[in-house]
Amino acid sequence: MATDQALHGLDNLELSDVTRGESRAARLARKAWAATWPKLLAIVLVLAVWQLFYLSNFRGDTADHLLQSPAEVLPNLWQQLEHGLLLQAIGTSMERAVDGYGLSLVFGIVIGALVSRIPPLRAATGSIITGLQTMPSIAWFPLAIILFGGSTEAILFVIVLGSAPSIANAMIAGVDYTPPMLLRAGKVMGLRGLALYRYLILPSSLPTFVAGMKQAWAFAWRSLMAGELIVQIPGVASLGVLLNSDQDQLDFASTISVMIVILIIGIVVDGLFTKADLAIRNRRGLLDPALT
Amino acid sequence: MSVSDTGAVRLTDHRTQGATPPATQPGASALSDEKSPPAVRLTDVSKAYRTGRGELLALDCVSLSVGTGEFVCIIGASGCGKSTLLNLVAGLDRPTSGTVETGGRRVGLMFQEPALFPWLTAARNIELALRARGVPRQARRDLTRELLLTVRLGGFGDKRPHELSGGMRQRVAMARALALDADVLLMDEPFGALDAMTRDLLHDELERICAERTLTVLFVTHNVREAVRLGDRVVVLSSRPGKVIAEYPVPRHGPRRIDSAEVAQLAATLTDRLREEMGRHGH
Ligand SMILES: Nc1ncnc2c1ncn2[C@@H]1O[C@H](COP(=O)(O)OP(=O)(O)OP(=O)(O)O)[C@@H](O)[C@H]1O
Ligand SMILES: [Mg+2]
Repeated sequence: MATDQALHGLDNLELSDVTRGESRAARLARKAWAATWPKLLAIVLVLAVWQLFYLSNFRGDTADHLLQSPAEVLPNLWQQLEHGLLLQAIGTSMERAVDGYGLSLVFGIVIGALVSRIPPLRAATGSIITGLQTMPSIAWFPLAIILFGGSTEAILFVIVLGSAPSIANAMIAGVDYTPPMLLRAGKVMGLRGLALYRYLILPSSLPTFVAGMKQAWAFAWRSLMAGELIVQIPGVASLGVLLNSDQDQLDFASTISVMIVILIIGIVVDGLFTKADLAIRNRRGLLDPALT
Repeated sequence: MSVSDTGAVRLTDHRTQGATPPATQPGASALSDEKSPPAVRLTDVSKAYRTGRGELLALDCVSLSVGTGEFVCIIGASGCGKSTLLNLVAGLDRPTSGTVETGGRRVGLMFQEPALFPWLTAARNIELALRARGVPRQARRDLTRELLLTVRLGGFGDKRPHELSGGMRQRVAMARALALDADVLLMDEPFGALDAMTRDLLHDELERICAERTLTVLFVTHNVREAVRLGDRVVVLSSRPGKVIAEYPVPRHGPRRIDSAEVAQLAATLTDRLREEMGRHGH
């Protein structure tokens, strides 16, 4: 049919990508630069403020080397990394973070799934879960230490209590906010029970869930750092242990170095979650194309 | 009542205030009684929605029966309860009073919005409907390809809904509704966002599929010509609350075209009737 072919021709116009007059390499370079310059600027700003703070010499401590400039601290960070103790501490802390976060995921998903499926449970526990989220994690430590002693378990206990509620909440919210229109489409298709969850409710709630995972990570990382400052296990180097001993020795440079490491790990992991979140929303057309 | 000069178009009007009594009762169309048992039967169906300040009556005592294999088009003013009616037939909602019977037939609904799953590609959306029906994998793939071709979207299977135009999304939704292989297909303004050329092609496809599968169709549209082009019968609903105020059987002499004189003539009569109804409500 002639109209038929004409129609395919029209539709196919939209299939071919519109290429602009820019080479691949140039576009990549432009993208890379667009991604890096804000970060570079942020670093420069922080260093500048720090340097000004140092120059202001507000406590008159500069001579005692209690306050040090970036030029003195950054070599210290490099040395610590070379020495190996810092790397070992990073390893310990990251291992705890991964374990604790993993446990949070398991508990959060199980609790979230149960609560969202069973209405009476929902009514009973909804406010408890939100309440748990507002509890400062440091307030759990006395209880954790009574229960588990000064051990890794105590730290993991607090991480789970701090971050599992975010996971559970995200799961419940994701299920709750499945668009009713899609639910009705699913019903017409005959999706029921487990299939309804697998093909409709869970994929639909993925963006909310990833946002919850990101929030849970932030809580987990904070709980971990608080935990490592409070619960110190003899003979095990962790970021918290290093911070504590640097504080005891009034070692400004080493303290700042460890803090920089903590900050960078937090930022990098957060960045990974943001990337995942953006990728998911982009796939679903939830981002404004004018902004991407 | 008006009768066309050829006498081929027989009109049935149910105006209560009309001088002549209606020839047939709503829901008891000559066509559905004589030719086939009803696939869908609505008896005195009313639907009221609870709103903040009370109740809103969307449908008022609607009786309608649709014969097996019959193609019934529904027209009526915006907000008169057409989508509500389809939701009730699909079992997505329950009537406030009255009964809806579909005799255990499989009912498929194509919504007014495409309602595609945004995380799935066009092809996967269609495939999911097949999967829910239990079609094996290889057959799913073939059927999906076939359905995409039917709605003229052969090259767009791997696009996600947000990458498609409004009319393309409607067509994917149509393919998905067809994938359900229902006995009764409900379509809510399925071709509203299409250009005339694509729409005409899809009219032909729909007609072909209906004949192939003996589909029973309830088809909502605002386009009077489209209703006459496709329907065996056109049902006119009053403004809210929706009520059946007229039924127009459409005689069939072989294939019809939307721009034929026959279609235009009945469409003109229908448009007058609709205009009269809307005028009554001061639209
Ligand atoms: N869930 C709801 N809650 C309250 N009122 C509703 C609801 N759904 C529809 N209505 C009301 O019922 C009436 C009929 O709505 P419906 O969607 O069936 O109209 P329609 O005939 O399909 O209109 P259109 O041609 O514009 O699609 C409208 O007045 C609408 O406001
Ligand atoms: Mg509608």
